[in-house]
Amino acid sequence: MPSLSVHVGGLDLRNPVLLAAGILGTTGASLCRAAEAGAGGVVTKSLGSVPRVGHPGPTIVHVECGLLNAMGLPNPSYRDFQDEIETAKKGGVPVIASIFGSSAEEFAQIARGLKADAFELNLSCPHAEKYGSELGRYPDLVETVTGAVKAASSVPVWVKLTPNTADILELGLAAQRGGADAVVAINTLKAMAIDIESGYPILGNRFGGLSGQAIKPVAVRSVYDLSSRLEIPVIGVGGISSWEDAVEMIMAGASCIQVGTALMKGYEVFEEITSGLSGYLERKSMTLEDLCGMAGRRS
Amino acid sequence: MRPINSIIQEVISEAPEVRTFLLDMNLDPAPGQYVMVWIRGVDEVPMSFSGPDTITVQSVGEATRALFQLGAGNSLGLRGPLGNGFILRGKKILLIGGGVGTAPLAYLGEQARSQGLEVASLLGFRSKDDLIFKSRFETLGDTYITTDDGSAGIHGRVAEGLKGLNLFEYDQIYICGPEMMMWDIISRTREHAGKTQACINRYFKCAAGICGSCCLDPGGLRVCVEGPVIMADRLLESEFGRYRRGPSGGKGLCKG
Repeated sequence: MPSLSVHVGGLDLRNPVLLAAGILGTTGASLCRAAEAGAGGVVTKSLGSVPRVGHPGPTIVHVECGLLNAMGLPNPSYRDFQDEIETAKKGGVPVIASIFGSSAEEFAQIARGLKADAFELNLSCPHAEKYGSELGRYPDLVETVTGAVKAASSVPVWVKLTPNTADILELGLAAQRGGADAVVAINTLKAMAIDIESGYPILGNRFGGLSGQAIKPVAVRSVYDLSSRLEIPVIGVGGISSWEDAVEMIMAGASCIQVGTALMKGYEVFEEITSGLSGYLERKSMTLEDLCGMAGRRS
Repeated sequence: MRPINSIIQEVISEAPEVRTFLLDMNLDPAPGQYVMVWIRGVDEVPMSFSGPDTITVQSVGEATRALFQLGAGNSLGLRGPLGNGFILRGKKILLIGGGVGTAPLAYLGEQARSQGLEVASLLGFRSKDDLIFKSRFETLGDTYITTDDGSAGIHGRVAEGLKGLNLFEYDQIYICGPEMMMWDIISRTREHAGKTQACINRYFKCAAGICGSCCLDPGGLRVCVEGPVIMADRLLESEFGRYRRGPSGGKGLCKG
């Protein structure tokens, strides 16, 4: 069988299929379960400096082509999460802590206080006031925050980018200037659904982020653009639910991928994607390296 | 699935803080399954079915207080039925309920009787005034009642009522109620845990098995989709009865 192990953004991964942030990442046990189910690495729920309960419900809406959510960054604060990370480590794969703050200093404070195998900076959540994409849509802030976390920690730093911008490439270049070890693209697309019986926006927060099948072509294009210009690796996320989706995202230029919404089908999705990917590489007599960025080399 | 619009047909007061809402649709739920109830402009909360077209609710917080402001003709958004309900097994079953947790058991007992099973019930309440569904359970079979203050039935906690029962007589035991009451029963009847189905509660946020807020230690079982009915032997070695996570994901004490 072809090897699926990769070195991406400062981490050695047994396979390139990771659990995305915000999905089954509230407890160490659920992160561990994802690792045991075959994930090559796991990303925690985003952690801030103080506890947050998140937005009122409904927090999700199933739409025709994907899933809308507005969880609102619920988390017990990074101070209360180290135990969960220690539990998650028992899964035997790298545990990446997703963190958020409203300033470079707040990000750096969390990075100094939390031990994880890497940090993923949430500069892209589209529905939390003062956080996420409210900073992450400005290239200068992306660079400053990334630089501050790099200075505050000794582990790899990944930057998760928002697609809710005119030019995601500017954000990727800013992360690279700040010293990021990788960028992760994309977070959800800002979106909304309205209940036609009552006129109420369905999400408790009124608007939220769209994930799933609908955003995959947007993610593929973003990864393609980023990987063609950046020197640091690009981690692809957005609507991946099958090994075919994974192959497409890697061909676009992703060095590894993350799976989120597809976990609604169950933890089996990791095994389905890794074995499908492996079978594909074998059939094509290719390596992961051959596959990565293949679309950019076709002209 | 977007929330389905449902008009409340009738509101029945069962006890001072407990009301049953009759809905205009039968969602064909299995007893023990739940529905996410959207009180528009307020919140969306999980509720257990007390019948094919009814939910029975105890007022405990902002969302349920807002629900109690609604009457016949008002509407709700519904998402469900969700999760795994109770599964009927054997010929003779025992229902053990506490407070509003008796609601899904009354529904289960009625399904069991219609399939010819023999049903007995042990029900606990704080006091005589909190008693609900007494006649529904009495129609099903032998019914034993306990109250914490002794104002009706046996004086004491639900476990007091266990003393008069031989659990070996029952093929399957079904339990639903406040966590500490369920934990008390389950931990006293360990040898029966393999035939005890418990309907439990955790903080549900997405109710779709992806956010992780309801995951149970140590296995990470997603209560919203793999529960809320769980075999008691899995609970014995879990966080159940010891701690639970709240809306932020932080650990807190079990109440009730």
